[in-house]
This record gives sequence, structure tokens and C-alpha cells, in this order.
Amino acid sequence: MIHELKLMAEQEATTAAGSATRPVLANVSRRGILGGAGALVLALSLRSPARADETQTKEQKEHKYGADGMPHGWRDDPKVFIAIAPDGTVTVTNHRSDMGQGVRTSVAFTVADELEAAWPKVKVVQAWGDETRFGNQDTDGSRSLRHFFQHFRHAGAAMRAMLIQAAATQWGVPAAEVTATNHTLTHAKSGRTLDYGAVAQAASALPVPTDVKLKDPKDFRYIGTGKVGLIDNVDITTGRAIYGADTKLDGMLYAAIARPPVYGGTVKSFDDSAAKKVAGVVKIFKIAATPIPSEFMPLGGVAVVAKNTWAALKAREALKITWDDGPNASYDTDVFRKELEAAARKPGKVVRTQGDVDAALAKANKKVVAEYFVPHLVQAPMEPPAAVARVKDGVCEAWACTQGPQAANDRLMKALNLPDDKVTVHVTLLGGGFGRKSKPDYVVEAALCSREVDGAPVKLAWTRDDDIHHGFYHTISAERIEAGLDDKGMPVAWLHRSCAPTIGSIFAPDPKHELPFELGMGLVNTPFAIPNMRMENPEAAAHVRIGWFRSVSNIPHAFAIQSFVSELAHEAGRDPKDYLLDLIGPARTIDPTSIGDVWNYGEDPSRYPIDTGRLRGVIEAAAKGAGWGREMPKGRGLGIAGHYSFVTYTAVAAEVEVDEKGQVKVQAIDIAVDCGPQVNPERIRSQMEGAVVMGMGLALTSEITFKQGRAQQNNFDGYEIIRIDAAPKVVRVHLVPTGSYDGPLGGVGEPGVPPVAPAIANAVFAATGRRIRQLPIRDQAAGA
Amino acid sequence: MIKLTVNGAARSFDGDPDMPLLWYLRDEVGLTGSKFGCGAALCGACTIHLGGTAVRSCITPVSAAEGQEVVTIEGLSPDGNHPVQVAWRDQNVAQCGYCQCGQIMQAASLLKDTPKPTDAQIDDAMSGNICRCGTYPRIRAAIHQAAGQSPAPQGERL
Repeated sequence: MIHELKLMAEQEATTAAGSATRPVLANVSRRGILGGAGALVLALSLRSPARADETQTKEQKEHKYGADGMPHGWRDDPKVFIAIAPDGTVTVTNHRSDMGQGVRTSVAFTVADELEAAWPKVKVVQAWGDETRFGNQDTDGSRSLRHFFQHFRHAGAAMRAMLIQAAATQWGVPAAEVTATNHTLTHAKSGRTLDYGAVAQAASALPVPTDVKLKDPKDFRYIGTGKVGLIDNVDITTGRAIYGADTKLDGMLYAAIARPPVYGGTVKSFDDSAAKKVAGVVKIFKIAATPIPSEFMPLGGVAVVAKNTWAALKAREALKITWDDGPNASYDTDVFRKELEAAARKPGKVVRTQGDVDAALAKANKKVVAEYFVPHLVQAPMEPPAAVARVKDGVCEAWACTQGPQAANDRLMKALNLPDDKVTVHVTLLGGGFGRKSKPDYVVEAALCSREVDGAPVKLAWTRDDDIHHGFYHTISAERIEAGLDDKGMPVAWLHRSCAPTIGSIFAPDPKHELPFELGMGLVNTPFAIPNMRMENPEAAAHVRIGWFRSVSNIPHAFAIQSFVSELAHEAGRDPKDYLLDLIGPARTIDPTSIGDVWNYGEDPSRYPIDTGRLRGVIEAAAKGAGWGREMPKGRGLGIAGHYSFVTYTAVAAEVEVDEKGQVKVQAIDIAVDCGPQVNPERIRSQMEGAVVMGMGLALTSEITFKQGRAQQNNFDGYEIIRIDAAPKVVRVHLVPTGSYDGPLGGVGEPGVPPVAPAIANAVFAATGRRIRQLPIRDQAAGA
Repeated sequence: MIKLTVNGAARSFDGDPDMPLLWYLRDEVGLTGSKFGCGAALCGACTIHLGGTAVRSCITPVSAAEGQEVVTIEGLSPDGNHPVQVAWRDQNVAQCGYCQCGQIMQAASLLKDTPKPTDAQIDDAMSGNICRCGTYPRIRAAIHQAAGQSPAPQGERL
């Protein structure tokens, strides 16, 4: 995600407002990143989404997609990723961050499967941040397996071929006569066998074959079976697993930082006389604020370094700081919401248009308008941001729970003015991420603290209040949709205005429009069979750090669109599921560029067209699972929503009960997902189960508000997320099988979230007749 | 000087008696299985057993442990095979895993007091433990398994 955001922000700054454009990427060397503040990870040029291929330049034709299009691309060298010890132990190096999606397990068993390794003999180690060596490491955008599954298969298969060759050489027989099965090499003709460990050294000296034969998927031992338990299960359940805040170094000190309460604020003055008296305090000092746009760099403030966490926190509490609140001192989300809604009622920048919406609206039998609102959210992973850093003798070493170790590495180089070979970022387990830990401000903070105390290692662990007060927040959005209906109640015109501050605002000064990747998250690429459609994006300014939160702009877009469809169905007197399927229309594939989406999650539109048949399929699967159409008792209702995101299709049918006080209880969720070939069905299920709970939180209770530029919530009392007593007793995950293992994979980590909130909101309407147009729902159904 | 035992070992501490047990355990003793999640007894990630009862170590001062036995996740069982730990692995409960030590300590405490809990009793006892990954359905299933009320998942496990 880091990568799209940066380049798109740059793109926005360099192109006139108008039709969306597609960036064309060209990798530059890692050293190229050092070329000053304006230099980006990628050089880029632009091409218009015009369909005429003959107009493409050579560079445009060479546009790279998927892992090819990411900074530093991919690697599949088995010598980088696989080590086999003389005792046969296979160690797989995983270069993607594990924040609960299970990638350490899935990567290791993918390699092991193609290697024909026995799972009990497989270990996994975590790569440090080094994309030149490992390929891209930005663990976000739901793309670890999507981008690397085939490459890890190749790495495993190549190593298997090398083991076979080494055994064949040792035996003096043709390699074709040797088989590798479950950690054993066999020469059937002579009845000889060898363990992998016996030829590991000889194999590792062989050249890596360029043409390797992958296994036939029918022979997979682990891939697709769902039978492999989590590789970190024992460590996690015994307290041995090491997260960002768990790194221990000799002589380590502990830091806490008082940061400006308003984005863009600075320290005017501070009095640390009381703080210095706290036993255990080592040093108190100012950290310079990074001016807006502050990107991933620290917010500044006053830091306390002490001999233990408690002393650091107590001393921070005792600081007396006078702040200059800066340009966002008056940010008030109640006021800002009204501004967004007013902007959404006026024409804005057209980001997709087809047909003649105005004429069709004028002629329509009936017009329906609705406005939807989604507030700021914060990711709030259970482990707040944390890092340990040691900056000594011109060398920086850091240990962090980071989704982007290369991004952290690069920011450390910039902050400390150190060359690449003097900076190393080790990746721990992540206690949740959800996008927050893609932004390594906290890693830089830890390093700046270490530098201030003469290179003693420093642990910087944010508190929950820090996390909620100084986040990279999910945007705040007003969505307004207007439809003109024909005499059957079907839309002939659709006008959707989406108005929300852009993530680009952390990278570029004061952009006012959503970027193509935000518009492509379920706004412009709405795959409905409506003749006249227009999407507009009125201006909105950012007043806090806007960042990506699991599934990002899909949250407000899906909430508005899928709620509105249910409203239209009601207007038409139709069943909401049947109406939604009719709007999607017959099964067909749509080139996303033909409907204004130039991004398509970075994937090749010819390989990843929008397949409305698959979207229909998940909606039907969720509906079937929920027993759609059955008679519901009083106070209960079913709602449905379907959505395309991260090149995956998901749908949710929610059953809710609304009691006499208007409290909404989610009784059951059926979630269907079609993510293409399923590498680890067990983790796909767990990701969907988790997405349901996270989606329920933002649907029912979660909200961050601001007054005078300050977040009004402090902890899990004010920022309410779902607890076990609110979790549904029934969550059924329906995996819709599609595609061969040689074909394109969809994302899994994020796509479960977007359809949850609209399905619940639609179920509340079905139960009560009360329409939900703003999140969170809280007690909006009271008195219905 | 505060004297206490931690996972069976006698210890003494002459630092700030107000220091929460969480920071004592993590920073001074070096046991990092108990996690910080909120610092205000709102999330349960720091749950330990003090005198045999589940408490939130983030708001319990070390002075409150004077003369008492503290058990952390590292000391819950000698071999990591407490029935709750086994059930957690069987059900693949964890996603990120960060909150799970607190969940396991809370669940072990629940089962000690209520060997065969209903769903409602589970929800009641576990509602102070937040899991942002949303593993709640599996937490319920694992507690039922540990209580012997439901079998471990059938089929081959690797």
C-alpha cells in the first residue's frame, strides 16, 4: 500500500484535475531512494486510460502488474529463501510480516510442499528489511500470497530439483530416475534412498535451475488442505512469541514521548523539573516535529528515557508542555461533517462518467437520494506500535513490529543520515497491524531516542492513548447517491458523490481529491448494469494524518452503495437480494479500465477483470447459507451486501435482532468469499471470521471524533470495539471454489470487511423499518 | 522490599511499590508473555493469576503482590500443555496472538471456578478480554474443548 500511495500522491500533484490516469512504473535502484526529499520509490510516468492500444508507447506497453510492479519486485532464488541442515531441518525465510494473517505458516508450507519436505522438519525464520535481497516487503494491500505464492512454489521446486540432481550425482544415475518424496530421495531401480540432509550441502553448491517443474496440484500435501496448524502456535500459547515490545537487549532503556495533541502542532516550551525528579529517569529532550505533510516521520514532542517503562510513563505525565497547536487547532468533526455533506450536494470533479446522467435523471419516473456518513476510525491493533533501536558508532539496528521493514529502513536512513549498509530493521511478530504498522514513525522515534542516550538500546512502546491520539486515521466521508428509476423501479441513472480527505495528504501538501487507488476501492468500479452513471469527487481537506485501515476506502463506498441498493429495492417493492443481483446484471467480465478504474489493485486488467458472475456467486452463497427468504420473527431481520475488493469477491448476509430499547444484536453472519485458488483455507476462514468482528465494530460502535484538533477518545472505553459478548454465536464462512493453482489469486486479509456494515444496516431496516445512513449504528434503531 | 513468588520462584523488589505488576514482570523480571494493551484494565491482554485469581496486571501495583504467588502465562503449566493451551492450538484460535496469553489466563481461571461453562458464562467471564483480530468464535470453541464439552477437531492435523 505504501507504494501506491506515494506514487499516486506524486501523480496527483503533477497532473491537472480531470480524467484519471494510470501510473506507469519503472523500478529504480534502492540507492535511488536517497536522492532527496522529492525522490520516490518509483519513477513514474502517466498514461491515460484511453483504450486504444495503438496509442501506447513502448513504456506503457511494458507496464508491470502485480509483484512485477512493486518496488524491488519479487525474488524466487531458493538459496535466498531455503536452507537445509545436515540433519534435514528445512528453514524457510519468510520476508512478509505476520500480523495474524498466518503468512509465516502459509509461505513455509508452500515452499515445503513444492520441496516435498516433511512438515515437522520445517522451520520458519523472519527476514530483515532488505527488498533488494528478498523482493518487496510492504505487507499490506492483501497481496502476500497473491504476489508471492507462485514465486515460493518455484523456489521450493527449484530446490527439490537441486536435491534430486545432487543425489543423482552421488549415485551416478540420471536425475530422471530419482524421485523426491516427503523428505526422502529415492532411486527406485537400485532401491537406494537418502535423506534431504545428506545431500543438502552438495545441492546448495549446484546452480539454480531456470526451468523447474511445479507439482501437479493434485499432489499437494499442504497447499489447499487447510490441515496445517499455525507454525507459531506453541510460542503464542506459551508466551514465548516475541512481538515488537518484547525485544530485550543488554543495557536497554525505555522511552515515552509526549506528542503534539494536534496534527501539525509543535512544542512551544516545556518544564521538566518535576519529571526529572521521577526515580529512574535518564534523560528528557525535545524531538523536532516533522512539518505537514509529515509522511511516516515522527510528530515530534518531548521524550523521556528512563530505566523502566513505568518511570518513563510517570515522568511523561509530570511534564508541563505548552503547545503551539498549528493550523489544525480548530478541527471539529461535527463541523467538518456538515462541510463534507454540503460539498457532496454540489457538483465535484468527475471521476467516471458514462451515458447522460443529467438527461436520464430529468426523464426518470422517480428520483431517490440518500446521504451516508462514515466517521474516522483508528486501527487499534492490540499491540500498540513498538520498537527497539540501537544507534551507536554510525550503525542503526532496530527491531520492530512493522508491516514495511524496508520503509522503516529508508526512514531511519533519512532521519539519522546513515547509508543503507549501516541500517538494519529486524521484524518481530506483529500484534495486529491493520495498516497502522505500515507507517514506521515509531521506529524512527526509538532510533532518535537511542541516539540521544549515546547509543544505549531504547525500547519505545506506545500506550493505547498514544495510539488513539496520534493515529493515521481512517478518513471521514460523506457519500451521496442519487438514482433515477424507471417504471419498474430499476435505475436508469446513478450519480454518486464521494467526499473524503485523501491519504495522499500525508505525502503531498494539501491535496483535495481522492487518489485513483481510493476511487478504485469500490467507487468508480461499481459494476452495475445501469446505462447512465457518473461518479464525482468534491474537494475535501485533511486535518489529521489520514492512513489506511483494513480495506480502506472500500468501507465508506460499500456502506453507501450496498445500503442504497437495499433502499432502492424497498422503493421498488422487491427482495433486496434479487434486486442487487439484477443491478449487477448477468454474469460477464468487465475490463476495469472501461469503467474508470485505472488501478485495479495494481493487477493486470486482462488477468483480473471484474467478473460479475463471481460477485453474483458469493451473494447467492451468503444468501443460501443464511436461509434467505425465510420468515423472520418480530424484531429480527436479514440484510445482505456484496462487494469486490482486492481482486476478491465477498458477500455477507447478516441476521440481527433489535430489542425494544433499539439495541442491535448480531445473531448470525454468513460470509462468502471467492478469492480464486485457496492456498490456506483454514486461514481464509479465520480472516473472514476476524473481518466480521472488525466490520461489526465499525458498524455498531467505533468512532473517532475531534474537537479543537484533538481526538476525543482515549482508550477502549471511549473507542469501543467488539467484545466476545457482542460477537455472533454463528459465523459461517462459505469458501466459493474458483480457479486453478496456476491462475490468479485474490486478496484475503481485507475483503471480508466492506460488506459487513451495510449487511448489518440493511438487516436493521428489515427488522425495524429504521434506515441506517450513518455509522456507527449505536442506538439509532431506538424507538423504531 | 517487596517479596513475592513468580511462577514458583521467590523474588524481591525494592523499586517503586506503585509500579504495576505488568511492568515489573516485563521490564524487571523479563517475562514478556503478559502484554500491554490499554494500561487501564479495559482489554485483558495483561491478565495474570495473583493468588490463584485472574487479575489485570497493568493496574495492580507490585505492592499488592507482597507475599503472594504470581503466575504468568510462562508458568501456567510446566510443559505448555495446560488443557486451555492445548485447546487453543487444536482450534487454531490465534491470529496475531498478542492478546491470547491474556485470553488463556482468563480462560484457565474461568475453568477453575466453572469447569463446564455455558456460552453465556464464557461471554461473561471473557468480555473483559479484547481480541482485535476477532477470534471470539474460536475462543468459545476452545474453552468448550478444554472443558471437555466438545471434542477436538477431527481429521488429520499436520
